[in-house]
Amino acid sequence: MEEYREKTLVIDEQKKITFWQTFFRNKAAILAAIIIVIFLLCAIFAPLIAPFPYDEQNLPEMMQAPSANHIFGTDEFGRDIFSRVIYGTRISLQVGFFSVAISVIIGTILGALAGYYGGIVDQIISGFIDIVSSFPVSLLAIAVVASLGRSLVNLIIVISMISWAGYARIIRGQVLTLKEWDFVEAARALGASNLRIIFKHVLPNAIAPIIVMSTLEIPKAIIVESTLSFLGLGVPPPTPSWGSIMSAGRAYIMQAPWITMSPGLAMMAIVFAFNLFGDALRDTLDPRLNKQI
Amino acid sequence: MAEKLLEIKNLQQYFPVKGLKGTDGKPAVVKAVDGVTFDIYKGEVLGLVGESGCGKTTIGRCILRLVEPTGGEVLFNGIDVLKLKDEEMRKLRQEMQIVFQDPYGSLDPRKTVGQLIGRPLELHRYGTKEEIRKRTHELMELVGLRPEYYGRFPHEFSGGQRQRIGIARAIALNPQFVVCDEPVSALDVSIQAQVLNLMKDLQEKFNLTYLFISHDLRVVRYICDRVIVMYLGRIMEIADSNELYDRPVHPYTKALLSAIPEVTKERRERERVRLQGDVPSPINIPGGCRFHTRCPQRQEICKTTEPPVKDLGNGHFCVCHFA
Repeated sequence: MEEYREKTLVIDEQKKITFWQTFFRNKAAILAAIIIVIFLLCAIFAPLIAPFPYDEQNLPEMMQAPSANHIFGTDEFGRDIFSRVIYGTRISLQVGFFSVAISVIIGTILGALAGYYGGIVDQIISGFIDIVSSFPVSLLAIAVVASLGRSLVNLIIVISMISWAGYARIIRGQVLTLKEWDFVEAARALGASNLRIIFKHVLPNAIAPIIVMSTLEIPKAIIVESTLSFLGLGVPPPTPSWGSIMSAGRAYIMQAPWITMSPGLAMMAIVFAFNLFGDALRDTLDPRLNKQI
Repeated sequence: MAEKLLEIKNLQQYFPVKGLKGTDGKPAVVKAVDGVTFDIYKGEVLGLVGESGCGKTTIGRCILRLVEPTGGEVLFNGIDVLKLKDEEMRKLRQEMQIVFQDPYGSLDPRKTVGQLIGRPLELHRYGTKEEIRKRTHELMELVGLRPEYYGRFPHEFSGGQRQRIGIARAIALNPQFVVCDEPVSALDVSIQAQVLNLMKDLQEKFNLTYLFISHDLRVVRYICDRVIVMYLGRIMEIADSNELYDRPVHPYTKALLSAIPEVTKERRERERVRLQGDVPSPINIPGGCRFHTRCPQRQEICKTTEPPVKDLGNGHFCVCHFA
């Protein structure tokens, strides 16, 4: 029995290695992963990396161009832009990850229930999906934040409320086809309960497109967060967010373009990296493309 | 051939057809299984043959309650399966299993062989993880899978090996009864023989009872003790395997048998019965004898009157006016 287990282990290890090997054979994926890791480190170790506290005003040094001391320059209160952008990473990534995580969970569960049970359950859930997806995203976000108040948690709630519908729709479609397969029938013949069939047999086979989609949704959530912050509906000051830094720098864009450009470039870099990462993931997870990479 | 394991009484399975009206103006209904009654004895292999769409597979699924029949009774050791509550049904499922036709669709592509075979054991609390692993290895050996395949995924196997996995899964809980839904029809002929022999061995070893659904009459003859011939959701003829093959009575059975390609000269010279036309739609089943539209022996009475079940002795039954 012991030797069987060892062999089993070896085979499992090989599987995992091949997945990541295929994934990182894509050069763009390596670049994307590096950028994402850098931003993650910035967010986690912000107090260690940032040379100045994000809210330390230094009026004599206001609106300085980038220099060795302030590598991204300073804003109208003399605050160090680099430090503020680093701290802003925290807000952006938190919103990105948590809103996607929440909407994936809600969307997956509702989509699976709709697809699996069909009938009236499906009609109700699909109705909700249609209603939610017919709202203009930013308008709804503005309305909700305006009524609930400005905070990080509210931002995450708003973005999740809007974006779960996309996941639900995809999962529902996947489940509709998967539930007709004999292996689902086999599980039922073995005495598995409906919930067990959904979570153990159907969802694991439906999850690949969701992984790709959620990677591509993180940058969207980041952009929505910045948009709301830019409009003054994001995290309240003095906590810096990329959108609010840009918004504040907007008035001085001719004299001090670095105030708006720094967070803008940071945002561009992370959105770009997540998109590349998502594309590479899709290529790796799609068995038909596997051979060509 | 003594004890009855299963009694199927007047089983019906109708599927409503959306947006279609029948000739009488009511919503159209596909009568996939239209009142079928038969018994399955302990330890026998009962064949169920017929053309595509005659309701063979549906009967198998009704017995296991994978679809809920419209009417009728299924008695398993005297218990009415169709009336059981969910939890009781779940327990009974240990005794009744199924092997599917499609070895590609019937195995979850994300589970390893070990997980696939071990799953039923887990579900019915067979024992500790170690005991389940041990039993899984036993089962793999039993169906002729090498132990090092334990951690592999279904896509790494050929059709025949996948079907072995499916068989191991079905017998994992020591069921009394297994529905074999065309278990070899998706396989190459050379592999068919191996899998059939495996199924036959297992049946003898564990005294299993099979309901063997197939459209391949040679396969059925090889493995079955008794055979049921179905046409358009009804039974046409039931007989012991040899009896049916040597002395078919129903014109439909004769036609089916004469369609088997034969090697020996003597058999080739047997009279060929050729059927005209296609199977009528199960939405619009012909009146009288449902086979009369294609029957080479039809008379006036066949168009108007449904034929009675005739007992020809020795468990040979036939539904035909001229039997």
